[in-house]
Amino acid sequence: MAETILSGLTHLGLVTAFALVALIMWLSTKLSKYLTKGRVHASAIAIVIGLILAYVGGSVTGGQKGITDIALFAGVGLMGGAMLRDFAIVATAFEVQASEAKKAGFIGVLALFLGTILPFIVGCIFAWLFGYRDAVSITTIGAGAVTYIVGPVTGAAIGASSEVMALSIATGLVKAICVMVSTPMTAKFMGLDNPRSAMIFGGLAGTVSGVSAGLAATDRRLVPYGALTATFHTGLGCLMGPTILYLCVKLLVG
Amino acid sequence: MIIYGVGLLALCTLVGVVVGDMLGVLFGVKSNVGGVGIAMILLIFIRIWMDKRGLMTIETEKGVVFWGTMYIPIVVAMAAQQNVISAVSSGHMAIFAAVATVIVCTLTIAGLSHYKKGEPLPKEEEFNLAELGGKAHG
Repeated sequence: MAETILSGLTHLGLVTAFALVALIMWLSTKLSKYLTKGRVHASAIAIVIGLILAYVGGSVTGGQKGITDIALFAGVGLMGGAMLRDFAIVATAFEVQASEAKKAGFIGVLALFLGTILPFIVGCIFAWLFGYRDAVSITTIGAGAVTYIVGPVTGAAIGASSEVMALSIATGLVKAICVMVSTPMTAKFMGLDNPRSAMIFGGLAGTVSGVSAGLAATDRRLVPYGALTATFHTGLGCLMGPTILYLCVKLLVG
Repeated sequence: MIIYGVGLLALCTLVGVVVGDMLGVLFGVKSNVGGVGIAMILLIFIRIWMDKRGLMTIETEKGVVFWGTMYIPIVVAMAAQQNVISAVSSGHMAIFAAVATVIVCTLTIAGLSHYKKGEPLPKEEEFNLAELGGKAHG
């Protein structure tokens, strides 16, 4: 009996994922309302529950893809994968006011460059502090602080060791999760209540996953503005990492 | 028909991602350059164009709006498949570097957005589909 149900649910992976996420959303709405009196956004709670499930999934199976490594929840991988994520992000553009986006054009581009250079510098400083002295390792770890995709792409291009690559991916991953969790808390301080600052945020905080989850947990209507700049973040990082940034580091450390 | 909206969304996404991939090849980077952003800009312009000609019906809008509202559940599913174990157990350097990066970025964002303040969005009202269709056609 139980086996029949289980195999049915596994077979209908995506449908199971819809049901599971609906349950998480319902639970977090109740938690937000009764436990925090609406102070903590339901989406923020739902995302944290998602991360906890990812931790549980990872520790049960020893895999790398969170809850989706459990066969029953493999459909979550499809639902939260890059395909449907991008599809849904594009759909949010329907709520964008073209005039607002245009007003923030220049500052958005500035934020994009700062969002690549500042994390890179911070990452490089920590790589130096923790004893890395060669330009390749320092650049790879610095690039990881930009996003967890820029790190390995840069590392592969300049020939970093796999240990340094793993460290660089981990840095980017921790950053994305930090952005998801800290954004709702620091939203007021960052002035995150208008399209202009959302576009600055998207350019500076980087990683589509971190930005979109952080904004979703702050104010759903800001998501498209942040995503509009964040989507250029990884591309710009991959462009600058192995080229100009690597050359700068090489000049500095010799 | 609702499927027209879904189809329009699919078309914009596909064109955006393909153009983004081509830009990546053009710049010689192993990544998509702004694919989603290009798709969003495309959708914004097509919407304006269709609105002017009265081609954007409420039904068509619903096909796009549905996916926009599915966005947060999809992000929750995305969060549930992150490699949290590796992030938590990766050692001090990754965590220090990441937290410091987030702090520096948070301060910079605060500086930039207070330097010239944008118009805040009006207070959030209860979101419903009928109203969204109604606004564009009312």
